Amino acid sequence: MVSLPPRDGSASAQTTLSSRPSVAEVWTWLGEVPDPEIPVISLVDLGIVRGVEWMGDGDNATLLVRITPTYSGCPATQVIAGDIKDALAARGVLRVTIETSLSPAWTTDWLSDIGRERLRDYGIAPPGTREEVLVPLTRRGAPVATIACPRCGSSRTRLVSEFGSTPCKAHYACMECLEPFDYFKPI
Amino acid sequence: MLVESLLRLGDNGLILSHRLSEAVGKQPILEEELASANVALDLLGQARLWLTLAGEIEGEGRDADALAFFRDVRAFRNALLVEQPNGDFAFLVARQFFFDAWHHLVLRGLTRAADHRVREIATKASKEVAYHVRRSGDWVVRLGDGTDESHRRMQAAVNELWPYVDELFMDDETDVAAQAAGMGVLHAPLRAAWDSIVHETLVAATLTVPAASKWPQRGGKQGRHGEHLGYVLADLQYLQRAYPGQAW
Repeated sequence: MVSLPPRDGSASAQTTLSSRPSVAEVWTWLGEVPDPEIPVISLVDLGIVRGVEWMGDGDNATLLVRITPTYSGCPATQVIAGDIKDALAARGVLRVTIETSLSPAWTTDWLSDIGRERLRDYGIAPPGTREEVLVPLTRRGAPVATIACPRCGSSRTRLVSEFGSTPCKAHYACMECLEPFDYFKPI
Repeated sequence: MLVESLLRLGDNGLILSHRLSEAVGKQPILEEELASANVALDLLGQARLWLTLAGEIEGEGRDADALAFFRDVRAFRNALLVEQPNGDFAFLVARQFFFDAWHHLVLRGLTRAADHRVREIATKASKEVAYHVRRSGDWVVRLGDGTDESHRRMQAAVNELWPYVDELFMDDETDVAAQAAGMGVLHAPLRAAWDSIVHETLVAATLTVPAASKWPQRGGKQGRHGEHLGYVLADLQYLQRAYPGQAW
């Protein structure tokens, strides 16, 4: 596939003869790669993609994509690296290096607004704001955060378990519509 | 010594993760099946990060898998607490809570380590572990302040595991060296904060805080383990021992 010439000036200054796509274009493409666990949001909306840059020039140029895992043990991280390579290969970018970096540590603050909306539409309550640096170590005596039911909107919900279908989610139940739902935990 | 210190962090996560995985399929309710598996996954991911770093610093070409699958019992550096075989649900809760409260304090200390690699892993892990300690602490209260039967079982579990607590706070030359190199923390100074968290929780759970152990169990972090760890490794390492080098 022949890539379109870069559209933004900064990238085209660096890429005179090469037809490699601009960094901005790559971001757009990665914004269409779904998260393997929650396919309604993209890797970019989830805040997993931390950086995109070209290394080297001409035919030897390699695209470096830096990602960060959501959780230390998240088994999706390897799938995500593969999905990124596949998506870029489909656009003709074959020389890709995926680099995983731990710092700064992933936080739910990086979820985009559109990502939060899509989570809610999908039936997962989006994360609230982080409670200081660490979550309170006990909920006894602490004010209980109100998590609205993503289905009926009621705030009459209760925590069933601190862990839901994946480590990043807690398991809640709505006392109004009686449906169980996942809550994306702030971290 | 620095490798040794990282092995202790990694092995605690690896062995407790394995114990939790053993309990999956045997939990009293489905929600706790999921929670146990998720906590195990967090600990396993953290163990992989620590063991990978240990292998890099060791410089002998061992990666996390080599360290997990090809060391024998005496080379493991986990505390005795985490290798204790699973009992009833109260036992799992007590073991988890004692460990989580300690783990959380250790990681919080490591987020200020001078070594950036240690700091980065600790920063990531401490956010995850905050949820672990909240869950296990809540369960201590629910069971302790629950029915007569759950109270009795929770107290029995606390009493049974109490002798394994002291080891978590005993520092040796490895801890001192790691701390001096900016890659570790001293554990003894964390005892007061641990006591505070645990005592407050036990009191809220209407449980009795046991008296200081007369015979505290120690030696795991130096490689002297009970008979239980060998059985864990037999299960954990079987495939790579029988078919070395097999990969997914």
